[in-house]
Amino acid sequence: MIVVNTEDVPGRTITQVLGLVQGNTIRAKHAGRDIMAGFKNLVGGELKGYTELLTESRRQAIERMMQQAQQLGADAVVNVRFTTSAITSGAAELYAYGTAVKLG
Amino acid sequence: MIELIVGLAFTVLLLVGGLMFGRANDRKHLASIKRREERYRDIRLDNRKRVESPETVEATALVMGQYVSASDYFKAFATKLRGLVGGEMNSMITLMERARREAVLRMVESAKEQGATEVWNIRFETSNISSMSGKRGAAQVEIIAYGTAVRRSSIA
Repeated sequence: MIVVNTEDVPGRTITQVLGLVQGNTIRAKHAGRDIMAGFKNLVGGELKGYTELLTESRRQAIERMMQQAQQLGADAVVNVRFTTSAITSGAAELYAYGTAVKLG
Repeated sequence: MIELIVGLAFTVLLLVGGLMFGRANDRKHLASIKRREERYRDIRLDNRKRVESPETVEATALVMGQYVSASDYFKAFATKLRGLVGGEMNSMITLMERARREAVLRMVESAKEQGATEVWNIRFETSNISSMSGKRGAAQVEIIAYGTAVRRSSIA
């Protein structure tokens, strides 16, 4: 499954547009990571715990989007975009969406 | 009276600690960013949508890089002060700039791993993910940079 964030797959032609596909995850933060984050907020730097958490969640959201595309019989998902939203204090929703297409 | 002095001393200690460690961390990070940007000079970055010469494209892949940053105690304090008079927040500007450059670098590293030489349609997303520890006024920001990595077939 080809996944790109351009409008088409360079070098290939889109023969059929199958529709919008999406994937999302909602992840709650880990209490331990939050305490480390509280400490990091004193000295600055990167919150590696959160970076890993959000990377993993985003990967899951993309996988779900690809699964949806696969069910439609797509060859690729184009024009992929992401949004992140803090739901409550302690949970973030990762959302990935794109257009599933068949390639010629 | 004693509690007041102790409280004040503690706050000053946190401020000074935040300032010193914060500055040191920032500088170290900036140096690391500059070093890696030099290394990845050959990867071409573009934020236009249409890939040039699509007929020579061998493979494409979505690549992304992310960075979650926290600001230090001193920055949080300075931000609150700045909030009183308005104007530019210089410390935040550099923080966000470093976060973005780092996210782009990670995206480029991921592209290079797959043998790509160009990344197209680069976009950025910023999200505020401050939580309960955010009540100190510190900004916890996640920056992602994502784009389409392109590997060209070698010109025969």
